[in-house]
Amino acid sequence: MREGWQLMLPAAFDYKRAGSAAEAISLVSEYGEDAKFLAGGHSLLPLMKLRLAAPSVLVDIGRLSDLSYIRDAGDHIAIGALTRHMDVEKSPVLAQHVPLLAHAAWHVGDPQVRHRGTIGGSIAHADPASDLPATTLALGATYVVQGASGTREIAAKDFYKGFLESALRPDEMLTEIRVPKMNGAGWSFQKFNRRAQDWAIVGVAAWRRGSESGVGLVNMGSTPVLASSVASAIASGASVADAAQKASNEAEPQSDLNATSDYRKHLASVLVRRALEEASR
Amino acid sequence: MKISLTVNGELRESEIEPRTLLVQYLRENLALTGTNIGCDTSSCGACSMHLNGEAVKSCTILAAQADGCNITTIEGLAKGGKMHPMQEAFMQNHGLQCGYCTPGMVMAAISLLEENANPTEDEVRVGLEGNLCRCTGYHNIIQSVLACAKGGN
Repeated sequence: MREGWQLMLPAAFDYKRAGSAAEAISLVSEYGEDAKFLAGGHSLLPLMKLRLAAPSVLVDIGRLSDLSYIRDAGDHIAIGALTRHMDVEKSPVLAQHVPLLAHAAWHVGDPQVRHRGTIGGSIAHADPASDLPATTLALGATYVVQGASGTREIAAKDFYKGFLESALRPDEMLTEIRVPKMNGAGWSFQKFNRRAQDWAIVGVAAWRRGSESGVGLVNMGSTPVLASSVASAIASGASVADAAQKASNEAEPQSDLNATSDYRKHLASVLVRRALEEASR
Repeated sequence: MKISLTVNGELRESEIEPRTLLVQYLRENLALTGTNIGCDTSSCGACSMHLNGEAVKSCTILAAQADGCNITTIEGLAKGGKMHPMQEAFMQNHGLQCGYCTPGMVMAAISLLEENANPTEDEVRVGLEGNLCRCTGYHNIIQSVLACAKGGN
């Protein structure tokens, strides 16, 4: 071991590798609140190294390859929770039917991170600063979760409960993300940050088809935000510029090292305007 | 717990603590210290290596997650005393200054060309966004990667 400088290590834990979704759920049920699912680990392991999380058991679901898929399911695309960001980014099916999501996945981290991180991990982690929760929210996605007592579907708009908190019960695992096809809607993803691989200071995922639209905001509060006032304004015929003024109606952005709350609100209106202009072309 | 993985073509078996990080395992258990640790937080890319042929950041992967996988580190690139073409390109184009980011840069650059054999300069810049060079020696790093791609390697 080097002197004077020690590695950042997570607190000690037991490691269990699940061979199936059912086994993973049964393991987590057995260990209760002290257990966490480990997918790609690119959100959870940094938290554990910073000791912001210290689960006593990790249930590794990273090898459940039957939960890594992207399928055309008629009116929507079904994405297995363990599909990696790189596979979302490069999917021809998504490029054709949900290009906004494929593009947003390209904005996540960097190539190394995208080789490991998964869409389900990102959504279950429920970080308001992550790109994919807000994007799937804007797209009106449905999340399928499996638990000891069966399977249920949760609308993205009902999923995010607080900072890193979701509607998932401790024994439930996110298994599939269902994203409606965009059917040719215009779209845009705007990410404002200082360095290429940083989290968004503010991000916007938007789509528009005539009077219909959806706008999701990244890092504008304790949860990803659905900017429904903007969509309502567009639906009632408002101009893009006027609709964008309502960007922060549903948001309570925090102040931090990168930006004050007021600056975030300003950024949100500018980025929503740019996004809707691009999506309206 | 026991893990068994292939590192630079050699099967290695070890008894480890579950929280052991992949980079820590390689450096401390296997004495493969060519892979550096920079930021500890998957930002800087100094610890990049290949897991099943793709660049990953080994400070944010448990050795347990790599059980059964195929790992290549900077030490595994040269064959028969001959540098890998990417290493050669870095040398020819002065793609390093202090050298700390170099192993990670080289591993990320090889993975980049695996996925895009003939990238534009812009694609190289974006493709290496996960690797920081504190010397800011980016220009020659980009030139090295482009030269390697042009050489058909």
